[in-house]
Amino acid sequence: MNRVISGIAAAAAAVVPCADVMAHGFAGDRFFPATILTDDPFVADEASLPTLTRAPTAADGTQEYDVEFDLSKRILPDLGVTFADQWKYVQPPGAPRITGFDALRTGLQYQLFINPRHEAMALVGLSATWAHTGRVQALASPDFTTLTPTFDWGKGFGDLPDSLPYLRPFAITGNLSVDFPTKVESNGAPNSNNLNYGFAIEYSLEYLQHHVLDVGIGQPFDHLIPLVEVALTTPLNRGLGGNTTGTVQPGFIWSGQYYQIGAEMILPINSLSGHGIGGVAQFHVYLDDLFPRSIGKPLFGY
Amino acid sequence: MRKLFLISAFAALATSLAHAHAFLDHATPAVGRTVPTPPPAVTIWFTQELEPAFSSIEVQDQSGGRVDAGDAQVDPKDATILRVSLKPLPPGKYRVFWRVVSVDTHPTEGTFTFTVGS
Repeated sequence: MNRVISGIAAAAAAVVPCADVMAHGFAGDRFFPATILTDDPFVADEASLPTLTRAPTAADGTQEYDVEFDLSKRILPDLGVTFADQWKYVQPPGAPRITGFDALRTGLQYQLFINPRHEAMALVGLSATWAHTGRVQALASPDFTTLTPTFDWGKGFGDLPDSLPYLRPFAITGNLSVDFPTKVESNGAPNSNNLNYGFAIEYSLEYLQHHVLDVGIGQPFDHLIPLVEVALTTPLNRGLGGNTTGTVQPGFIWSGQYYQIGAEMILPINSLSGHGIGGVAQFHVYLDDLFPRSIGKPLFGY
Repeated sequence: MRKLFLISAFAALATSLAHAHAFLDHATPAVGRTVPTPPPAVTIWFTQELEPAFSSIEVQDQSGGRVDAGDAQVDPKDATILRVSLKPLPPGKYRVFWRVVSVDTHPTEGTFTFTVGS
């Protein structure tokens, strides 16, 4: 699979080289914010410090709170790495609470292309969730490493005709990935291959006000991006096939010069995914704007 | 020693703190709007100070013909303002292309339209 991904990346790079790659999601007029649930389709120098989550109540009544830290760093203008980990607070019904770190996740990403004219971009990547880097027994953190080839894309609707001014601020980003666990079972439970897919539909008031039509939206509301995110996971094998889980997350992102904040409701799609309503909030900084001459630029080739 | 290292690291980062990407704040003529009389210039206010040597505005009519005077310049008294003069414009729709570099070297670009006449 890695060879296939590498081949696709090389072929794409040969025919559609990246145009003027900049950090945190610019494609022509379009600014793609860093979304909370949907992986971003661009390499970047950014950090989420932190992401706070109150998960919907689990099927067995367990309540979970998470504090997550994420870092994205460009090595080359088109090549980046990611690191993420989260600290969990889990309260099972009628049992003592459990706290600790979940497994470390890392990723390598390559920007396939950025098309400013059509506000389009895509990247391929390989993520890894590392074995024994979290509390395996207490928090069910994995005792196996999972490798996940990913494809992330984004498209703005700014190239619609001028006669549709109120549709042009829309944009959509999406993900497609497959999990390949390195152990087929842990403690008698199967570890399936999973298909992960999702998308975010965004409506940029910044795009409307500053690129389409001055409708009089002033600061700070002209930097608001209402959005809905959807993420689904479908196990493919080992007796778990078809048990799709996921969430729908309506919310907003406010994007400033140096940072953005976001908040979303978490709505489980079925009883397997949880009960009730959860919530997530994120504070996210643009390292390339805060530290443009040091940690905010690619390590090489800039 | 560890405290000294952290202070030094923070100082190094702080001294590299600069500006950010320059976004369009507002423009005259206003984005997407119709003006009754031909404007003498397009003026854009940005959210950051601009690098004059790498900041430009071009204005085209609907057939792609250039209608600006080619004299785009950053305001010497306020580096967040970029302005270009216009040739006399007949009624019609015009597209503004701007490309700027903020003083910390971040490039941004964008387009918008305005209409002269009804």
